[in-house]
Amino acid sequence: MISYIFIFLAILAVASALAVVISRNTVNSALFLVLTMVALAGVYLLLQAQFVAVIQVIVYAGAIMVLFLFVIMLLNLDAEKSLFNKLRVKYFVAFIFGVAVLAQILYSMGTVSNMLPEISPQMAQIGTVEAIGDVLFKEYILPFHIVALLLTAAATGALLIAQHTINPVTEKND
Amino acid sequence: MISIDWYLALSAVLFCIGIIGVLIRKNAIVIFMCVELMLNAVNLSLLSFSSYHGNVDGQILVFFSLAVAAAEAVVGLAIIIAIFRNNLSVDVSRINLLRW
Repeated sequence: MISYIFIFLAILAVASALAVVISRNTVNSALFLVLTMVALAGVYLLLQAQFVAVIQVIVYAGAIMVLFLFVIMLLNLDAEKSLFNKLRVKYFVAFIFGVAVLAQILYSMGTVSNMLPEISPQMAQIGTVEAIGDVLFKEYILPFHIVALLLTAAATGALLIAQHTINPVTEKND
Repeated sequence: MISIDWYLALSAVLFCIGIIGVLIRKNAIVIFMCVELMLNAVNLSLLSFSSYHGNVDGQILVFFSLAVAAAEAVVGLAIIIAIFRNNLSVDVSRINLLRW
C-alpha cells in the first residue's frame, strides 16, 4: 500500500517538476511548482516526518509561492515565445549535462546502496511536533534565534532593494 | 517498506530537473523556481536519511533550510523587481551589464 502511494506521489512530483521547466506561461510554472511541493509533502508524510510536511505546505506552497505569484502578476510578464520553437544546441547540451549529473549521483548511490540503513523502527515517535520542539528549543535554541535575525534582515533588505527611489539629479535635468 | 534508495533516486531526479531548468530557461523567475526545486530535492534526501537513521537532527536541518530558503526567495524576488525596473525585462540573456 505504502509503495503504491509512494509511486503515485513520485510520478506526480516528477511530472509537475518537468511541467515547471517546460511550460511557457510563468503562472503555470508557479502553479505546477505548488503541485510539486504538495506531492513532496506527501512523501515527507510517508517518511514519518509530519512536522516538516506541514511546514512544507504552509511555508513553501503557501507563503513563498504566494510571493512568487504576486511578483509574476506585478511584473505582468507575457509568455516566453521562443521556447522549444527551434531546437537549439544549448538545449541538448543542458539535457546531456543534467543526465550526466543524474547518472553520476545514481552511480555513486548504487555503489553504497548495500551500506544504506534500514528504516528505523522508532521513527513514528521521532517525527512528531513534540519531539522536534523538544530538540529545537533545547539543543538548537541559538540557531533558532539566529534564523529569526536572518528573516528580519532579509525582510528589511528586500524592502530596501525593491523600494522605488527617484533620482533627484535626473529630475532637475528634466 | 520502501528502501531508502527510492527516496534518494526521487531526490536525484528532481535535482537534475532543476539543473536542466536553470540551464535552459531565460526567464529569471522560472530560473528562481528551479532553484527552489533543487533546494526541495536536497531537503527530501536529508529527510530520508534522518528518518532511516531515526535521528531528529536531519529534520531540524530541514527546518533551518526552509527558513533560509524563505529569506533567499524574499531577497531574490526583490532583486528581480529591481532588475525589471531598470531593464523592463527579466530575460537573463538581456541582463548583460557585467558581461565581459
